Amino acid sequence: MTAEQILETEFLGVRHRLLDLAASLDRAGRAEGAEALHADARWSSIKDALVVLTEDRTDRAERVQMLFSDPYRSDWRTPRS
Amino acid sequence: MYYIDPHIHMVSRITDDYARLARAGCVAVSEPAFWAGFDRGSADGFADYFRMLIDVERRRAADYQIQHFCWLCINAKEAENVTLAREVIARIPEYLDRPGVLGIGEIGLNKNTPNETTIFEEQVDLAAATNELILVHTPHLVDKYRGTRMILDILTGDSRIDPRRVLIDHVEEHTIRLALEAGFWVGITLYPTTKCTPDRAVDMIDIYGPDRVCVNSAGDWGPSNPMAVPDFIRRMRARGYDESAIRRIVYDNPIRFFEQSRRWDFTPPLPVEARDPQR
Repeated sequence: MTAEQILETEFLGVRHRLLDLAASLDRAGRAEGAEALHADARWSSIKDALVVLTEDRTDRAERVQMLFSDPYRSDWRTPRS
Repeated sequence: MYYIDPHIHMVSRITDDYARLARAGCVAVSEPAFWAGFDRGSADGFADYFRMLIDVERRRAADYQIQHFCWLCINAKEAENVTLAREVIARIPEYLDRPGVLGIGEIGLNKNTPNETTIFEEQVDLAAATNELILVHTPHLVDKYRGTRMILDILTGDSRIDPRRVLIDHVEEHTIRLALEAGFWVGITLYPTTKCTPDRAVDMIDIYGPDRVCVNSAGDWGPSNPMAVPDFIRRMRARGYDESAIRRIVYDNPIRFFEQSRRWDFTPPLPVEARDPQR
């Protein structure tokens, strides 16, 4: 499929998912305690992920996965004090 | 199209699901030992569970002309109890020669703790000592990347382990390349919310190709879709893959991996062209 064909096929689904996402963010923003969201690491990860989505690349999914992943330490066998 | 679901927990599904699978063309399932939703209290509890996998599910599947295979282990979540885990590991060899038992699985990590790592290594050791296939569970969500890398460190650091005899399951966009480049088989799990959609699975096949790739539903006692592999088949067709390419992922690849087990006694279904032309 060409890019045009993919856009044609998937536009409504993407629009739907974006609206659902926007609604979830609005819901959190209207709720009690919303002013504390900026201090929540999960909220920061969501905002970072949204930035990734706007970048003109083809590895967005992998990069979003990494934003929501704990880091790997090569010295994981060494007990931390 | 005939297909195999290489990772589905039928012990937690009703017979209606077997009927649906059969109608959709499923001819075999592979069922790893897993966490039942609670922590079992004794090694005898695991022994009873192993009997369900080996005997009961095999008979239940056969009623729907589906061939059932299973794996045995102590799962990553219950591995945190090292004492109980070692009791279970000591019991596993008595079941390894039973018909349909493909190997050790699904072993792995859950929260990437030292205890989980210890028990994972001990089960890898068991698999190496008994020359069994290994099916690996990689952690969920935030733990997946770190846990997958730890698992690969352990497996690639053991010269007895042939990566072609190990399937790294539940891979996603940030872990699939790591496992494939290290020579392992991979499973992409089609599971709502916490794992992949059929289209994301097709994306990964677009990028990495079909070699050593399987897909599965991991249907279990939670919200899950035992029909996920047929859904994946439809998406592959919609995205332009021909029948032979689809068959490779959902039928040939599982067979190619599983036939390395000496207890893989799969009888292929008759091909369509072999049917009696008078019927």
